[in-house]
Amino acid sequence: MENYLLMNEDQKELVAMLRNILQKELAPIVEEYDEKGEYPMQAHKVLCEAGFNTVAIPEKYGGLGLDNQTIALLNEEIGKVDAGFGCSFSFSSGGIKTVLLAGTDQQKQYYADRILNGGISCTCITEAEAGSDAAAIRTTAVKDGDDYILNGTKAFISNGPIADTFTVLAITDKEKGTRGMSIFIVEKDRGVKVGKKENKMGIRMSPTSEVVFEDVRVPAANLVGAEGEGFKIFMKSLARSRPLVMAFAVGIAQQALDLSVAYAKERKTFGKPIISNQGVSFMLADMEMQIQAARNLIQYAARCVDAGVDLTSASASAKTIASEVAMKVTTDAVQIFGGYGYSKEYPVEKLMRDAKIFSIFEGTNQIQKLILGGYLSKK
Amino acid sequence: MNILVCVKQVPDTTEIKINPVTNTLIRQGVPSIVNPFDTYALELAVRLKEKNGGEITVVSMGPDQAIAALKECLSVGADKAYLITDRAFGGSDTLATSRVLAAVYKKLGPFDIVFCGKQAIDGDTGQVGPEMAEHLKLTQISNISELEIQDCKVRAQKEFEEGYEIVEAQLPTIVTVTKTPYEPRYSTIKSKLAANRTTVEKITIADLDIEAEKVGLKGSPTKVKKTFTPQAKGGGVVISEDSGMASAKKLCALLVTDKIV
Repeated sequence: MENYLLMNEDQKELVAMLRNILQKELAPIVEEYDEKGEYPMQAHKVLCEAGFNTVAIPEKYGGLGLDNQTIALLNEEIGKVDAGFGCSFSFSSGGIKTVLLAGTDQQKQYYADRILNGGISCTCITEAEAGSDAAAIRTTAVKDGDDYILNGTKAFISNGPIADTFTVLAITDKEKGTRGMSIFIVEKDRGVKVGKKENKMGIRMSPTSEVVFEDVRVPAANLVGAEGEGFKIFMKSLARSRPLVMAFAVGIAQQALDLSVAYAKERKTFGKPIISNQGVSFMLADMEMQIQAARNLIQYAARCVDAGVDLTSASASAKTIASEVAMKVTTDAVQIFGGYGYSKEYPVEKLMRDAKIFSIFEGTNQIQKLILGGYLSKK
Repeated sequence: MNILVCVKQVPDTTEIKINPVTNTLIRQGVPSIVNPFDTYALELAVRLKEKNGGEITVVSMGPDQAIAALKECLSVGADKAYLITDRAFGGSDTLATSRVLAAVYKKLGPFDIVFCGKQAIDGDTGQVGPEMAEHLKLTQISNISELEIQDCKVRAQKEFEEGYEIVEAQLPTIVTVTKTPYEPRYSTIKSKLAANRTTVEKITIADLDIEAEKVGLKGSPTKVKKTFTPQAKGGGVVISEDSGMASAKKLCALLVTDKIV
């Protein structure tokens, strides 16, 4: 029985289709690729052939243009198998999002074509000294004739090592602070370099690294929106994509719960399955309730994105709740498995390691509270 | 090329359960799939279509729920689908089924080639494809893993335990397909959604040139009397002496003691 009972027929078919592919192409290699910290390109290619990398690209540009509620359900499904793979797979086309918001028709088609032809994108905002304080970035884009020349180093960039198309936030006018930042599409063969690769605690299938721009020249046609609009465009785009990324966290949590229920039915202590102890069954019940709440908050936020309404509360709430639920549920899952939960031979420790990042990236939970606090104080 | 593919919807046998009272399959709650050998057959058919051009018609004899299996086939390359369904077909054994499918061939044809899976994983008889060929007086090659069409002939790789033969047959022909060297393709999101929106036409006994006595229970010379999970046998007696002669002597002694010889 599905966990979300309100799927329409198309959603049921797509989720079932995706589940089938993931069970054959991804599930058997999760342990190996998590250990190695590598992104499985073969699984990526199979999903691209089926069209899953185009779900967020409008039909006008050759994509499938699915609604965000459906995309959230699909993301959750991938999250159940491996959230790291899910994040990178999603980010592999996610670089187009700011272009869809603020680019020209030509830029949108250009970027879409690169993805449709098997390209992999990534989004470059964060730097070593500029994470939560994104306004503190130092990468510059200096105008030179009809071009811009980019210099700087981005850090903790998901898909850095595997991308061929980079969407980059850079300073075009230092005097203007966040109003002096602009977005550029930068193709790898313009000289983009990959720096230090991160060895991470979790979502290890998602490759993360520095991305280095040393006198990288891009034509003015690669500027997205007007000069100075970049920060605002990115903030708007991130608010829209946050709920969809958190759907992977719901997948992690659901998988942790399913494994815990199965284990609790089998594992016997004092002559009976541990699920018959209220101490355990109440924990499982709490986990179930938290996951339902997180999932439905994400569905609400996804629907708000599609409706074009104000996202401040929906996005920040969904982000914070879903990430906290994933952390709590996976921690409880390890507890239910006991000593075995702590062992790499059992799958729950990985889920707990994977869950942690969701409170950190896409804007830390503390930043979400800052945003919401500010929003409420102006209400 | 005009291609016909016959498929069957079967229970996903990794989860098969038998009702100990009625000796029948418990189907409720058991997921249904397209018979795996039929998926290989369809994959071969689609590759043939991609190479030689043409159209693929897929048919399945079964209840309404088999429409899901037909739509799955549409989503991976079949062009048309028909559900062959009628109360009169209920209880058909392989012979009766093959008669119905032969009648369907005559109604929807002519076809250059018919693909079937080598056997259904619930019945495991492997009879329907060859029986169809006999009814229709077509050439047949069973248990193939690969084929090509050249000058109105099919050349197919026919698999055996010990190896394979290359067999040639004149078209039109029926082939039954075993596991191919490649996995069947996945549908795409577009093809899946498009297939779901298709209405699958039904063909009933009234649409076919076939006598009612030749189908269903009446038309089935074989009947399933009992389906059961065999009891696991004990280990038996192991005889392993120093020499073959010594083992044979020991065996004889045991047989005599038990009055078997």
